[in-house]
Amino acid sequence: MSSPSPIEKTPVLAGSADVLLEIREVTKRYGARPVLRGISLNVASGEFLTILGESGSGKTTLLRLIAGFEQLDRGAILMSGARIDNVPAHKRPVNTVFQSYALFPHLSVFDNVAYGLRASRTTASEIPGRVANALDMVKMGDFAKSAPSKLSGGQQQRIALARALVNRPRVLLLDEPLSALDANLRRQMQVELKSLQREVGITFIFVTHDQEEAMALSDRVALLRAGHLEQIASPREIYGRPATAYAAQFIGQTNLLRAEIRNGIANAGPIVWRTFESQGKATFSLRQEAIRLVPSGASVSAPGVSVARFRGTIRNQSFGGAMDAIEIDCGSSHVVRARVAAPGPLSGEHEFEFDANDAIRVIEGGD
Amino acid sequence: MYSRAYKATVTIPPLAWVVALLLVPYAMLFCYSFWSVSPLQTIVHSWTLDNYRQLLEKPLYVEVFLRSVRIAGSVTLLALLLGYPLAYYVSFYTQGRKELAYQLVIIPLWASYLVRGYAWKTILGSDGVLNGLLQYLHITHAPLEFLLYSPFAVILTLTHIYTPFVFLPIYASLEHIPRNLVEASQDLGCSPWQTFRRVILPLSLPGVIAGATFAFVLTLGDFLAPLLVGGSSGIMISNVVVSLFGAAYNWPLGAAISLCMLVVVVMILFATERMEKRFSVS
Amino acid sequence: MSGDTKLARNPLLSAYALAVYAFLYLPILVLVVYSFNGGGVGGFPPANWTFDWYKQLFQDGALWDSVLNSAIVAICAVAIALGLGLPAALALDRAEFPGKALFRRLVLLPLILPGIITGLSLLMLFVQVHMKLSLVTVTLGHGTALISVATTELFAGLQKLDRAQEEASLDLGANPWSTFWKITLPNLRVSLIAAGLLIFTLSFDEIAVSFFLIGRDNTLPLEIWSRLRRGITPEINAISTLILCFSIGIILVWYRLRSRTTHATEPTPQLAVATAQGELP
Repeated sequence: MSSPSPIEKTPVLAGSADVLLEIREVTKRYGARPVLRGISLNVASGEFLTILGESGSGKTTLLRLIAGFEQLDRGAILMSGARIDNVPAHKRPVNTVFQSYALFPHLSVFDNVAYGLRASRTTASEIPGRVANALDMVKMGDFAKSAPSKLSGGQQQRIALARALVNRPRVLLLDEPLSALDANLRRQMQVELKSLQREVGITFIFVTHDQEEAMALSDRVALLRAGHLEQIASPREIYGRPATAYAAQFIGQTNLLRAEIRNGIANAGPIVWRTFESQGKATFSLRQEAIRLVPSGASVSAPGVSVARFRGTIRNQSFGGAMDAIEIDCGSSHVVRARVAAPGPLSGEHEFEFDANDAIRVIEGGD
Repeated sequence: MYSRAYKATVTIPPLAWVVALLLVPYAMLFCYSFWSVSPLQTIVHSWTLDNYRQLLEKPLYVEVFLRSVRIAGSVTLLALLLGYPLAYYVSFYTQGRKELAYQLVIIPLWASYLVRGYAWKTILGSDGVLNGLLQYLHITHAPLEFLLYSPFAVILTLTHIYTPFVFLPIYASLEHIPRNLVEASQDLGCSPWQTFRRVILPLSLPGVIAGATFAFVLTLGDFLAPLLVGGSSGIMISNVVVSLFGAAYNWPLGAAISLCMLVVVVMILFATERMEKRFSVS
Repeated sequence: MSGDTKLARNPLLSAYALAVYAFLYLPILVLVVYSFNGGGVGGFPPANWTFDWYKQLFQDGALWDSVLNSAIVAICAVAIALGLGLPAALALDRAEFPGKALFRRLVLLPLILPGIITGLSLLMLFVQVHMKLSLVTVTLGHGTALISVATTELFAGLQKLDRAQEEASLDLGANPWSTFWKITLPNLRVSLIAAGLLIFTLSFDEIAVSFFLIGRDNTLPLEIWSRLRRGITPEINAISTLILCFSIGIILVWYRLRSRTTHATEPTPQLAVATAQGELP
């Protein structure tokens, strides 16, 4: 198997595979500092795409470029084949849910939601009905006459959502909309957002730094790092087959094993396993939950599956509900972290194993 | 996000006005300072350095300028001595009544200049309130002449006027000091005085510089207080300019002095701006 | 900022602060008290309480003419200063252009420049263009000097503005001009009123610049000034007291308005707590 390159991998999607939004080689600089470096990706119609990354990765900038609040330096953004990056923000068929909600404090909830409809000169008789629909969709139907400043954060966020959706945009942009909410409310809103997206069928582009959120919500995740697209794939794909060391470490918890491959055997110090990767040096990602504790006295594993075993001393153990997180010292300063279902406190030397297939080769290093 | 048309719309009108009514007038000041006045009381538009030579050669002008600097310096110093402790008090020692204490300092600020200058005039005169009080209490038996129509009166009046002006930026910078720094200092064993000297004072310096600059520059160019309470011994440089534009009719010379003042003020502003940047900690 | 600093009480400082307050207020108090003094200005102690000086004041036609003049000039100065200060504040807050630092310094310069320089330089300009000195020239002078105040106030107001709201408006399809009218200006309303009140008061009390640009009609400060030359009368105490009350009244309103702008969009504390406890969606 050749090493995967960090470009778009999976065009297969649940809904229609029509490309709605095309981001082509987009570059953006703030002064001398490059924020986005030639990013390209396609967004399919009706999909829930999350742009995931740390602060400074360029994810918010990319969103703002799509919305029209920033101008790109190089490249193009196209919607259904036509360029929109040279179209002013107020003319783009795109709506945004802002991180700070940005509700207009001097207008009532109704007027806030109706704002976009009035701007596009929707027939006056149509407006009350559409506003009521939008508010019902976010379960805020009773709040039409309220003042935004009197609402809680969660309520304001729903109004912001309604205000954007009522205009039936072709793409809805969400800039870390759940970051200001506490954990329980956040989970609740995640579920609601997902079902809402399914219901209306609009393309959602969601920006967040929270990888769990990204995994839970998206049809596909685009991982950004320092202005580059690291990997774009479905959550399962990006989790199970990360393309790079960064992707492997950013999403979920993993071990990076730096190995030397010779004659089909990967050798990472005390840990050795069979691999089909080609000769030479390589880095592998091994998920922490892929490591199993071999009960003392156990013998051979299931036939046909290549299993690697190694010994190590347990250094640290912390309780984690279903699984405990343990630190294994394998000698010669090789430390591996694992998540195992442990019946109780463990100590001393043990034997561990993992399926050789679970060691995924990843690309490591800068560009 | 802002188009070129937007930028043009917002910058051009104020820029045009400011160029027409600030820059061009300064340019006029510049030109006038090189012209001269003929014996027939008309302006001669030939270029000469005469005015500047006069300024440097005639001792009167240098003398009055130095007196103005002395007065401005005294006022600034006194205003700081009054304003800083007051700001410190309001910022750190008033708990529930901070808002009220602050407002009480601001209110005299909005009594107009004229009102306050006039008030001092009525107080300091030989028939004034202060003399009346002193004689009533039998502390003195005759009016004290030096109170009014002297540099003392000018300094007193201007200090009264500029103390609130000095208070404002100092108070603002004191309020910006995070209170946990003060607590940390105390936690580490410093007395209030040491905390003041080592933490509060350094962090409030930008406010001090701003307030002092304001008081110094405005006092230097003041001509109203001397006219109200200064008499002949309290004349400041701006009074010289006023008379040159009035009875003494020598606009070019007056323009020359004004231009010098403008240059001095701008230089002071540049210097203090850099000082403020150096001392400010974000 | 919370005032709870846990610093030990300092009686020396308190006494000193009190003394400074006294220094600031006593002259004004004296002024006010003596406006009711039958014996006129000066002397001690003040005797016979009387309203005579105020009665005299209200019959003084020339003085009230000057009050009207001052009011007209002040209103026009507000219009000029706000009309030019708003674009200047917008330019400083949002636009990047070459020479921006110079622009800012130039606009803000009259704030700290002694009035005599602003007044004299404008005088020379008006003489050169053969414009007669009058209330118009005074208004132009006030307006020019007070643009700096308007710009400072409005800039502060713009900084407090939530930029995301303007972006949201554009995002929802309103064009930039519509966004300015429907979103930016309403949010600046309080700042605009506050700035207007401040500029009105400053113009009303202004004397240094007016000194050089005044024509035949006097503004109130200059009318008082010319009377002072003729001698002190308690009538001046009376009008000064009235000016004092008027200015203070306006400034207190200004102050209330200004502190209101910080509380525009924050949810109430109770709702915040309830949300945290998961009671409200």
